[in-house]
Amino acid sequence: MQRLLFIIQKEFIQIFRNKGMLPLITVVPIVQLIVLSFAASNEVKDVNLAIVDLDHSQYARELVHKIEVADRFILVDFPPATRHGDERLQDGTVDIVLTIPPDFEQDFFKNKGAAVQLLVNAINGQQATVGAAYLSTIVRDFNQEIQQDVLPVRRLAAGAPRIEIASSNWFNEELNYQYFMAPGIMGELVTILVMLLTAMNIVRERELGTIEQINVTPIKKWQFILGKMIPFLIVGLILLTVGLTAGKLIFDVPFRGSLWVIFAYCLVNLAAVLGLGLFISNISDTQQQALLTTFFFVIIFILLSGLFTPIESMPTWAQYLTVPNPIAHFVHVMRSVLLKGSTFGDVLYNFKVTAVLVVVFNVLAVSSYRKVV
Amino acid sequence: MLKIFLAFVRKETFHILRDTRTLVILFGMPIALVLIFGYTISNEFKGASIAIVDEARDALSAELIAHLTASGHFELVAQPPDMAGMEKAFQTGEVKLGIVIPAGFEQSFFREKRAAVQLLADATEPNYATTLTNYATQMITAFQQEQGRVEVLPYQVGVHIQMLYNPTLVGAYNFIPGVVALILMLICAMMTSLTIAREKETGTMDLLLVSPLSPMVILLGKVTPYVVLSFVNAVIVFLLGYLVFDVPVRGSIVLLLVLCLLYLMVALGLGVLISTLAATQQTAMMTSLFTLLMPTMILSGFIFPIASMPTALQYAAHIIPAKYFIEIEKNIMLKGAGWEAVQFSSLVLVAMMLFLFAAAWRNFKVVYD
Amino acid sequence: MTAASQQPAITATGLTKKFGDFTAVDAITFSVAQGEVFGFLGANGAGKTTAIKMLIGLSHPTAGSATVAGFDIATQREQVKENIGYMSQKFSLYEDLSVLQNINFYGGIYGLSRRQIKDKSAEIIERLQLEAHATKVVGSLPLGWKQRLAFAVAGVHDPQIIFMDEPTGGVDPVTRRRFWEMIYAAAEVGTTIFVTTHYMDEAEYCNRISIMVAGKIAALGSPRQLKDDYEAASMDEVFLKLVRD
Repeated sequence: MQRLLFIIQKEFIQIFRNKGMLPLITVVPIVQLIVLSFAASNEVKDVNLAIVDLDHSQYARELVHKIEVADRFILVDFPPATRHGDERLQDGTVDIVLTIPPDFEQDFFKNKGAAVQLLVNAINGQQATVGAAYLSTIVRDFNQEIQQDVLPVRRLAAGAPRIEIASSNWFNEELNYQYFMAPGIMGELVTILVMLLTAMNIVRERELGTIEQINVTPIKKWQFILGKMIPFLIVGLILLTVGLTAGKLIFDVPFRGSLWVIFAYCLVNLAAVLGLGLFISNISDTQQQALLTTFFFVIIFILLSGLFTPIESMPTWAQYLTVPNPIAHFVHVMRSVLLKGSTFGDVLYNFKVTAVLVVVFNVLAVSSYRKVV
Repeated sequence: MLKIFLAFVRKETFHILRDTRTLVILFGMPIALVLIFGYTISNEFKGASIAIVDEARDALSAELIAHLTASGHFELVAQPPDMAGMEKAFQTGEVKLGIVIPAGFEQSFFREKRAAVQLLADATEPNYATTLTNYATQMITAFQQEQGRVEVLPYQVGVHIQMLYNPTLVGAYNFIPGVVALILMLICAMMTSLTIAREKETGTMDLLLVSPLSPMVILLGKVTPYVVLSFVNAVIVFLLGYLVFDVPVRGSIVLLLVLCLLYLMVALGLGVLISTLAATQQTAMMTSLFTLLMPTMILSGFIFPIASMPTALQYAAHIIPAKYFIEIEKNIMLKGAGWEAVQFSSLVLVAMMLFLFAAAWRNFKVVYD
Repeated sequence: MTAASQQPAITATGLTKKFGDFTAVDAITFSVAQGEVFGFLGANGAGKTTAIKMLIGLSHPTAGSATVAGFDIATQREQVKENIGYMSQKFSLYEDLSVLQNINFYGGIYGLSRRQIKDKSAEIIERLQLEAHATKVVGSLPLGWKQRLAFAVAGVHDPQIIFMDEPTGGVDPVTRRRFWEMIYAAAEVGTTIFVTTHYMDEAEYCNRISIMVAGKIAALGSPRQLKDDYEAASMDEVFLKLVRD
């Protein structure tokens, strides 16, 4: 037991002695949290728009006005001809070109299928579809308004029965994207950082030659591994605390559930991640190799964690891949507990799966550590 | 001179080739990334688990439920008795959307011509919540028209939408350029900064520096294999995109590859600069991770649209090399644009490259004089 | 000398290590008495490091057996480790820890009590005259000091035997001399020293030496004995004659 303490003490001294390292595990993650939470938004706004008005009628002007006041669009240009609109699209200054054809108003009055045309730069699929959908909605509303000009009131107030749909957004009424991103990013950052640090750790001692000195001492395998893990576990918990504080102060993320559940889960999660990190460290010959291997896992873990895109949108086989993914569970627990107030029982499944991962990864870590060649 | 330089290149190439695992990862990573992005990353709505509180329990409410579930988009997983039960279903995460059909639904609909339905979305994830609500609204509206036989009014204004450059809205058109930018940054900048930091850490750098060659030649010798590797990787990703996901190169391939090399030089400059600043591999790694990789992923517009970011971050995006390179790629590959369209972005990259090389050179001298 | 000294500190019988087809250590047999300074000589690649790694438990022998401090290296590896110290070819203290922190750490892993560690630290600092540098990081010390510190740390738990693998590489003759003074001081209090080297002048300092050529022990005896046997004026000559054969 006492031997264990000496290893832990040594690791801490090394962490705090490294001047380059300290800011990297304190300030930088906070900056990441802030930047990522702001940047990682799939909100569609500020779509750049050009309108080619070839009709110059009253209705055309009204439609343009309606679009102007919608806050999702920035009207960047009124090109005089369709050709100019295309050029704008080509050089990337606008995302969508709306063309109001000549005789738009007349066609409408004659009920001859008046129509506007949308040219959409669809390279970014989401921006394109959502932007076009917003515009279509505006045109539809406009359509309903001007129908009143030509149709008798009787026909408008149709006698057909209607279902009124009232929708409400639970747990995040204002649809605040940062509430959604910040907790997930905290989980992800803690996991990545701890995994990278551990993965580099043992292999670093191997590269520098100090591991040999340790191997000739009577220290036990488990003492050595545990001595390496505990300091990083503590670093991870501190990081989580700092992250939660920052999330509260900067984004005012609601804390609906119990922080105990969060910390308890973090502990289990880190135990799993540390095992994986040490396993990678043990099977690597150089830090470069360890780093690359970790990266390979981390990138796949992040992309398949549901952090940026919903797990429900993945194909079924990929959804199974999220089960052995510690980041996916961490992100889920953080969001559920903080935003929805989920209890320990609600996230029990995540605890159980992660506990299995703890056993698997750590058995791998201990068995792959060889004192003797 | 050239001979010694080539000797260095050879030495470093042997190092890389001998390390099979690194090689597997270096080539496996881009392929894995492309496949993950191609097949799993999507915001597309596929279907969701819903819960329904049916307080009406009449024929019409049963029909509505049947209508919703028959589409295949909604799977009814829970029928909680009340709102408290609904909240629980949200908290365990098994349900993403709740629908409440109030008592007397059928009567209101046919007699008063006006019935209400309540949609409750788990809005922790705002976009998904909006998508779900929209979907359910559309389906309920369709149901209402079916039941109420509403006539379509005349005097309609149509909207003809034409999706340019990517008519079928393939995600690959967006992510292939992004993956190339990311991979080049990862391999070129990060691996070079690590190899150099490694030589410093293990003390072999001093051995190299006392040789009669100029330090920069030594550095170049060390990093050239990584440049070649990254370039090969980029070509692999382009090929994968073309063969598997039908991402075309409409413009000049030569121009694309030349500008690819330019971007590689920028990445290289960054890598060398980091290695001159970092004393250990760990520091080099963490610096690369947080100053190169994350910004490249996040601020380049590859995963998240730059236009949706706060203004400060939009400005910050201007110093991310990947942003310009992705613009270049998209222009040449998807729009078939020529030199004029990518001129500006290319000049920015040239400026960045010169700046980074100058900074690296300066720092390098300071450390080793 | 006590009764226990009758028993040899190290014995090796037919100790062999093969890597695939290559035999790095070929059935070597020798024994080292307690309190002896035993030199293990050989050209680079002769198998010295492989042999020492088997004795300290970092490598499994392919064949043969050996005992260290009376314990079998194959079956009683943990007891072996309790009783030995090791100083490797590569400098292996933590460069980013201070002198005191290094002593503290290794003392701790060898299971010394806080009190013992404190006494030991004070003793080492005094012996090496490191008072002014005790809280400096080891990386900032000159190589000669680092090596003497590494030796002191290898003996922090007062082991019966200290193994050293080319401990004096890269230091000047004066520093080497002082290093050997430390080795003698340790031997005087009964510690057995097992040292590999390729400096032939250092061989003269040993009580007995063995010379390894191509994985085998080609000669074994005291320096004088070997010089007589090979009719040589110095150990250098002995070595050259052996290698040429």
